[in-house]
Amino acid sequence: MTPLDRTAAWLAVLASSALVYATKLAGHLVPRRLLDNPRITRTAALVTVALLAALVAVQTATGAGSVQWDARLAALAVAAVALVLRAPFIVVVVLAAVGAAVLRGLGWMS
Amino acid sequence: MVVGPGYPRRVSDSPTAPVPDRRDPAVRAAIRTALSVSVATGLYGVSFGALAVAAGLDLPQTMVLSLVMFSGGSQFAAVGVLGAGGAVGAVVATAGLLGARNGLYGVQVSGLLDARGWRRLLAAHLTIDESTAVGTAQRTPAAIRAGFWWTGAGVFVLWNAFTLAGALLGDALGDPRRYGLDAAAAAAFLALLWPRVTGHDRAARTARWVALAAAASALLLTPVVPAGVPVLGAAVLALVIGVLTPGDDERSPEATIRPDRLTGPGEDTR
Repeated sequence: MTPLDRTAAWLAVLASSALVYATKLAGHLVPRRLLDNPRITRTAALVTVALLAALVAVQTATGAGSVQWDARLAALAVAAVALVLRAPFIVVVVLAAVGAAVLRGLGWMS
Repeated sequence: MVVGPGYPRRVSDSPTAPVPDRRDPAVRAAIRTALSVSVATGLYGVSFGALAVAAGLDLPQTMVLSLVMFSGGSQFAAVGVLGAGGAVGAVVATAGLLGARNGLYGVQVSGLLDARGWRRLLAAHLTIDESTAVGTAQRTPAAIRAGFWWTGAGVFVLWNAFTLAGALLGDALGDPRRYGLDAAAAAAFLALLWPRVTGHDRAARTARWVALAAAASALLLTPVVPAGVPVLGAAVLALVIGVLTPGDDERSPEATIRPDRLTGPGEDTR
């Protein structure tokens, strides 16, 4: 993979880390009644779901600004089966990596 | 594996004892849970470390994410968007939005912990899915505090140790595609998503539709907008759905015992 622009990567790492910590701290500091609202709670949960689902899609089926179907999709199916079987997180991730590596090693998928 | 506890139940009594007594059976049980959750969660720091290096981050950048950001979902997202060539603004927005739920966890646990001064700053840093879930699952104030602090500290130590191991391993491996690390990143997001969309209640059904719509819109947007933006577009979609659809909130177990929640706006509109 191409190396990242170091300055931009540092900026992204520091700014996003600061924002995530500030969010945690804000939760501890604001009066509870401001955020203790079912609609806010539910919307926050849906935003989390949407971000993770979009990241699954982008990480599985895109590359260089276009949609690409390759061994990652088969590996994701392996991960889904492992999740249905209640495998721990690390096992799910390793099985997906092994699945993609084997398919590529055999030359069946790119 | 507690990667997606949803929103833990609230406990309304305020804590009284300043220091948890380790001879208290409820506190001992909380510590045992905390340690097992810490080991399970800490272990997958290996995958984060390896994926961060594979995405092009160096070792110090990877460690700053685990030490300072310290929120698995946001860390994977930051690395995913950076690796895909996303701009700094897209990285910050995606990681920040994924970390928004930690703010709501903070609201829940701050009243239970009653931490002041530097302890409050530390409690905020350790406010993540796992510490909130283990803490709020306990029955007594002392056990709640023990559950939160032991889980937060345990995950922090192990998550960072295993991130370091994963980053060193990833560096040694070389070409990430050869070892399927790109597919591992997709699987990591799926595993984080899974507990939030499985279930038979209405909230889980809504979550599944939102997940499908988010994935589809991200793929449709990919060819036409810069990297990182398709993921943010999905978040905007969820914001609109969450704000516009009637609230059912059936996941909060106390809805039936807290009268103030039954009469609030958005309740019982169906």
